[in-house]
Amino acid sequence: MDRLRHDRLKWKCRRGLLELDLVLERFVQREGKTLSEGDVAMLGELLDQPDNDLWDLVIGRSDRVDARLRGILARLRAC
Amino acid sequence: MTLPVRTFDAIVVGAGGSGLRAALELSRAGLRVAVLTKVFPTRSHTVAAQGGVAAPLANSGEDNWHWHMYDTVKGSDYLGDQDAIEYMCRRAVEVVVELEHMGMPFDRLENGKIYQRPFGGHTQDYGSAKMAMRACAAADRTGHAMLHTLYQQNVHANTQFFVEWMALDLIRDADGDVLGVTALEMETGEAVVFHAKATLLATGGAGRIFAASTNAFINTGDGLGMAARAGIPLQDMEFWQFHPTGVHGAGVLITEGVRGEGGYLLNKNGERFMERYAPNAKDLASRDVVSRAMTTEIKEGRGCGPDADHVMLKLDHLGAEVINQRLPGIREIAIKFANADPIRESIPVVPTVHYQMGGVPANYLGEVVAPAQGDPEAVVRGLYAAGECSCVSVHGANRLGTNSLLDLLVFGKSSGEQMVKAIRESPVAHKPLPKDAADRSQARLARLDAARSGERVAELSSDLRRTMQAHCGVFRFPELLSEGVEKMKALAARAERSFIDDKSKVFNTARIEALELDNLVETAMSTAVSAEARKESRGAQSRSDFAERDDANWLKHSLWYKAGNRLDYKPVHLKPLSVDSFEPKVRTY
Ligand SMILES: Cc1cc2nc3c(=O)[nH]c(=O)nc-3n(C[C@H](O)[C@H](O)[C@H](O)COP(=O)(O)OP(=O)(O)OC[C@H]3O[C@@H](n4cnc5c(N)ncnc54)[C@H](O)[C@@H]3O)c2cc1C
Repeated sequence: MDRLRHDRLKWKCRRGLLELDLVLERFVQREGKTLSEGDVAMLGELLDQPDNDLWDLVIGRSDRVDARLRGILARLRAC
Repeated sequence: MTLPVRTFDAIVVGAGGSGLRAALELSRAGLRVAVLTKVFPTRSHTVAAQGGVAAPLANSGEDNWHWHMYDTVKGSDYLGDQDAIEYMCRRAVEVVVELEHMGMPFDRLENGKIYQRPFGGHTQDYGSAKMAMRACAAADRTGHAMLHTLYQQNVHANTQFFVEWMALDLIRDADGDVLGVTALEMETGEAVVFHAKATLLATGGAGRIFAASTNAFINTGDGLGMAARAGIPLQDMEFWQFHPTGVHGAGVLITEGVRGEGGYLLNKNGERFMERYAPNAKDLASRDVVSRAMTTEIKEGRGCGPDADHVMLKLDHLGAEVINQRLPGIREIAIKFANADPIRESIPVVPTVHYQMGGVPANYLGEVVAPAQGDPEAVVRGLYAAGECSCVSVHGANRLGTNSLLDLLVFGKSSGEQMVKAIRESPVAHKPLPKDAADRSQARLARLDAARSGERVAELSSDLRRTMQAHCGVFRFPELLSEGVEKMKALAARAERSFIDDKSKVFNTARIEALELDNLVETAMSTAVSAEARKESRGAQSRSDFAERDDANWLKHSLWYKAGNRLDYKPVHLKPLSVDSFEPKVRTY
C-alpha cells in the first residue's frame, strides 16, 4: 500500500472508543502492508460505521453487515 | 507567505458534546459558524461515555439542585468554584430536558419519564447515606446517543463542519484579543486562517499524556497547547482522575458495575486487600481510595505478573450467567485485551488515567479568563472554552461521575449564548487580523519541513507518556515529582527538534502527530510543574510528604504559564450565586 492510502486508512482508524483504536492499530500494523485495494475499500466501508456499531461487529455481538464485508471483518476480529 | 483567510462569525474547535452544543446555539441564532474537528463529529471521544448524565429531575426519588450542588462541591474537595457549580446544577434539568426534546433516546420509566439510577458520590439530603437517583442514561451508550442527537440538530441548523481539519494556534492581536485560529486541512496539507469574532475551544481531554489511559488516541490536549502557546495560563493541571480498573497494558476501562455486581480485587497472595483499606465499602470505595490502595499494593511488592505491576479483578465466582447477562461487554473486553476469560480467570487491572479536571480557565459563561492588571480573572476577549479542555471550575480537584456530560451540556450552551451576545454587540466588521497572525503556525510547519534529522515523534511521545506515568501517577512522591519536572524539561527541549522523514503535504499523518506532540508537551509540562509545586493532598492529588489537605495555604487554583514555565495562583470562588457557601470540611464517604 502506498504512503497516502496507508495514512488515509490510519486516520479513519482514529476513533472515539479506545477499544477500536487498539484493535485497528494492531490490524494496520499486522496487515497494513499487504492489504489489496479491494481490502482497503471494504475496510473503509466498515470504518464508516458509528463506533459502537463497529465495536459490536468486531467483538461478534452483531453480524449485521453486508456479505461482501464478512472476509475483512473476520480478519479484523482476529486482531 | 500569507495564508488564505476564511471568515465566520464564530469558530468552534471540536465537535464533541460541548462543541456541538455550543455550535447549535450559534447556528440557531442565525450566525455563520465553522466547526473544526480532527475526526468525524460522532467519532469524538464523548462517544465513549456510558454511565450517564447527572440531573436532579427527581423522577425516581426525591432530589433537587441544592443536594446536587453539595455533592459536587464536596466531590471537588472544595476546590470547585461554587458560583459555577450552582450555575451548573441549576441549569441541569433544563439542558437534559432540552436534549430529550431534541430526540435523545433516554431510558424511561413506565410512566414515560426519564429513568434515573444512582452513581458514586451522588446523594440525597446533603451527603446522607441515601443515594440520589440522578444519572440519566441511554442504555450503556449515553455519550453515543448524545453526540448523534446533537450532530443531527446541527445539520438541521446548517452548522458548517470542517472535518479532518486540525486547529494549530490561536490568533491574538496586540490588544490580546483572540481573532480566530490557524488550521491545517489534512486532505491538502495546507494551512488556512479562520477569522472570527468569537472562538471556542472544545477540544476535549488530554489523557494521552499518560502511558495507562482510558482515553482514545485522539485526546492529545490540542486546545491546551494552543492556549498555552498564546500566553494563556492553564489551570489546576495537577488534578487528573484515575479510574481503578483499566485493563493492564491496554487502558480499556472496566466499569465500576463489575465491582457493584460483586467482583473484587486480589493481590499476588490472593488476598482481598481492599478489606484492609476500606473495611466498610471495600472494593466499592470511591475511585481515588481504590486507586491508592492498588498502587500501595503494587509499590510494596504485592503486585501480580512477572513485573509485579498490576492486581487482579476477580469475577469468575459470579458465574457465567451473571457475567453474560449483567455485565455485557466486559467479557469481550477482557478476552480481547487481557487474553483472559473472566468466567474462568481474573482480569489484570491497574489504576488508569481517565479524566482531566484542569484546563483552560473559564467562567460559567464560557469566557476564558486570565490575570491582567490586578484582576485575577480578566476576560480574554474573543476566546471561550467548554468541556473537558476547560476549567470552569466545577470539578475542582476531583470530578463526580456523570457530571462531565452535564458540564458539556450546560457550559456548551452558556458559552454559545455568550458568544451570540458578544457577536451581536460587536461592530459589523471583524477586527483586522494582525500581520503576524499565522507566524507561529507557519514557523512550526516550516521547521518540520526543513528538519533533516532530529528526534522521532513516536519515541518522544512514548518517553513523555512513560515519564508522566512514573512521576505523576496516583501517588506522588517529592523526589519523583522534582525528577519528573527535570525530565519533562529535557523532553521539551528534545521535542523542539522533533523530526519526520516524510515531508509530503497531502494527508500526512506523521505531520499531524508531530503537531499533536507539541500539545502533549505543554499539557504534560503544566501537569508536572503544578503537581510538584502543590504541597498538599487534595482530591486526585495525593502526596506522600503532604498527606493532608491544607486549606490555609492551598485553597487556591494553580495557573501555569508556558512563558518562563512559571506558576501563579488565584482564589477559589467560595461564594455561590444565591445560596450560602459550603465551608470546607473533611471529605469522608
Ligand atoms: C471511557 C470513558 C467513559 C466516560 N463515561 C462518562 C460518563 O458516563 N458520564 C460522564 O459524565 N462523563 C464520562 N466520561 C467523560 C466524558 O465522556 C468526557 O469528559 C467528555 O465526553 C468530553 O467531551 P468534550 O466535548 O469536552 O470533548 P470530546 O468529546 O473529546 O471532543 C473533542 C473534539 O475536539 C476535536 N479536536 C481536538 N483537537 C482538535 C484540533 N486540534 N483541531 C480540531 N479539532 C480538534 C476532536 O476532533 C473532537 O471532535 C467518560 C470518559 C471516558 C474516557
